[in-house]
Amino acid sequence: MKTFNRGGVHPEENKLAKNSAIEVFPLTKKAVVFVSQHLGAPATCLVQKGDKVKVGTLLAKAEAFICANTHSPYSGTVTKVDVATDFNGMKKPAIYIDVEGDEWEENIDTTADVIHEISLDAQQIVERIKDRGVVGLGGAAFPTNVKFMVPSGKKAEYLIINGVECEPYLTSDNRIMLENTEEIFIGIEIMKKALGLTTAYVGIENNKPEAIEKMSKMAEKFHGTEIVPLKLKYPQGAEKQLINAITKREVPSGKLPIDVGCVVDNVGTALAIYDAVQKNKPLISNVMTFTGKSVKPENQKNLLVRVGTPMQEIIDYCGGLPEDTGKLISGGPMMGKAIMDTTAPTVKTTSSILVMSEKEAHRIAPSPCIRCGKCVEACPMGLEPVLLSTLCSQQKWEEAENECVMDCIECGCCLFTCPASRPLLDLIRVGKNKVGAIRRARAQK
Amino acid sequence: MSTIIIYAIIAMTVAGVVLALVLYLVAQKFKVIEDPRIDQVCECLPGANCGGCGFAGCRSLAEAIVKAGDLEGKACPVGGATAMAQIADVMGLKAEQSDPMIAVVRCNGGKCNTKQKVKYDGAMDCVAASQNMASEGGCGFGCLGLGNCVKACKFDAIKINPETGLPEVNEERCVGCGACAKACPRMVIELRKKGLKDRRVFVSCVNKEKGALAKKNCERACIGCGKCEKECPFGAISVVNNLSYIDFNKCKMCRKCVAVCPTGAILAVNFPAAKPKVENPDTQTAEKGGEQ
Repeated sequence: MKTFNRGGVHPEENKLAKNSAIEVFPLTKKAVVFVSQHLGAPATCLVQKGDKVKVGTLLAKAEAFICANTHSPYSGTVTKVDVATDFNGMKKPAIYIDVEGDEWEENIDTTADVIHEISLDAQQIVERIKDRGVVGLGGAAFPTNVKFMVPSGKKAEYLIINGVECEPYLTSDNRIMLENTEEIFIGIEIMKKALGLTTAYVGIENNKPEAIEKMSKMAEKFHGTEIVPLKLKYPQGAEKQLINAITKREVPSGKLPIDVGCVVDNVGTALAIYDAVQKNKPLISNVMTFTGKSVKPENQKNLLVRVGTPMQEIIDYCGGLPEDTGKLISGGPMMGKAIMDTTAPTVKTTSSILVMSEKEAHRIAPSPCIRCGKCVEACPMGLEPVLLSTLCSQQKWEEAENECVMDCIECGCCLFTCPASRPLLDLIRVGKNKVGAIRRARAQK
Repeated sequence: MSTIIIYAIIAMTVAGVVLALVLYLVAQKFKVIEDPRIDQVCECLPGANCGGCGFAGCRSLAEAIVKAGDLEGKACPVGGATAMAQIADVMGLKAEQSDPMIAVVRCNGGKCNTKQKVKYDGAMDCVAASQNMASEGGCGFGCLGLGNCVKACKFDAIKINPETGLPEVNEERCVGCGACAKACPRMVIELRKKGLKDRRVFVSCVNKEKGALAKKNCERACIGCGKCEKECPFGAISVVNNLSYIDFNKCKMCRKCVAVCPTGAILAVNFPAAKPKVENPDTQTAEKGGEQ
């Protein structure tokens, strides 16, 4: 069975919510929608206080190249355009909506029919994806349309669909592969058409046998899409690692997947593309997991949540927090970030609310490095985390840059594997931030 | 046998003389004439290589001064006026008058005035923490209290007070090099004029949020109400982006702003304790300040 060639770790799977079917989360009363929910330049807000919006009304417009539209996930009245607190406590511009009913824009197809025929051509597909505000749902929220605009001189040879879901606990991708199989395949067909390809590969880790089976059965109906079961190893769902696992190609340092002829998208994104192209539905909801070891089995849920729902409501819906909760994480336990404020709303890429009990929540106090080299062995990018973190803590930015600090994908394998529990990734992140700033300053000169 | 020794001695002597000659000629040819004043200027400097002047170290500053032949824009914050006067003597110039500066921490938050909402569990580094969260109390602007400024200080002049969780500047040791201000990812630390008798009035907050939001997280945040701006008789205070700022060049230290600030965000340090009920002590100080 295939897997990527270098590094990686084996965290406990804990896919506790994998058997709970997706539930549609009830509409909230007061929604808060962040103006920008993607990676790249901020979007420009188009609405103001008192405006009436419907589901699918454009709230914020993308004006730069790497930027995405934001649509209204609810119908109602805009009460104010102000800042709101994100889950990490930082303030960001947001639109507050008082929800009234559930009225959709007329041009959106709200029926449950599955539409097979793709009527748009490649150019129109890319425009529609941009217009509907689709971003990569693997976690980075990179505007999806940009991936389909292949720069001149480069050629897309492989379309890789990421159904790996290598993060422990998360089960949302698994559920949509089981429940929205056909839609995902049509989404893949659309992506193939946009790129002018006839084949696509869907990578799924072998801890999801039901998904592999269901997807393989469906693949018989759709020619040219191959399901590739992958050997279990974290971080297989990272773009560069998945490319390596499936094609054996290596993305060189500082290059993009398209430089080796690959386009990678998540299964969630494939579903969002299906909705956008076939149903004209903007990206206003996503499937997220509510889970944790201390959460009761009946409260482990996969929920289809509209963007802008306060996290507290989701927690309440799932029976509240267990008493010994020590930490909440947005995203998986490896790459997710701690939630500081549960009144914060969800965004397009919120993939889970993970509950950690007091016992699991805290890091062990760091002790001195014993030079065991486990982090070097675990790093899937072939970096030396111990060296990088030392350089970053000594503020030797130039040397850190030479040691390819910017290649770090922040997967957290080094931190996971370190027997001395040293904050390797925290320090490397500081270095990435600093080196990035230095590079931007250099580019401006 | 003895001839061998004699030949050897002669050969060594000849080789020695020839090589010495070569070395002498090379030394003459590639002689670097360094301005002796660089060494002299260097001796006037403290030699801490703190970089507070903006140059790589004390010698770089000395070289720059001698090369440029003037003192414009070049000043050693550590040595201060005395060092600059000595340098001016060496260079045959007149020293510019520059006021001694000191680092001030513009945050009242810490453990006393903000309520801790979460516990930070990551690397003990302010930059790392500021990437992941607002702060333990919820303010996205204020001090994180993890001590990057302490690590940056070469003069042991700044320490985190374990009671308040905020950095405190040792006024005797601080030389105003600004290393801490550069190290702070939140730009909480500012270099301000040390002020007459070390007295200073400043807004000890950097929160740019609207008043209600700022107050929600910190009892002593600047809420941008503008009372101080109206009260100031010297036009030294301006409120921009919900945050008040006192221009230390205009401030006469009357402390009227301190009295009107509803949250106590404005601090006046090193003033003698106000005497009880002597007819309006504030105006007296104001007049005094005016004369100065």
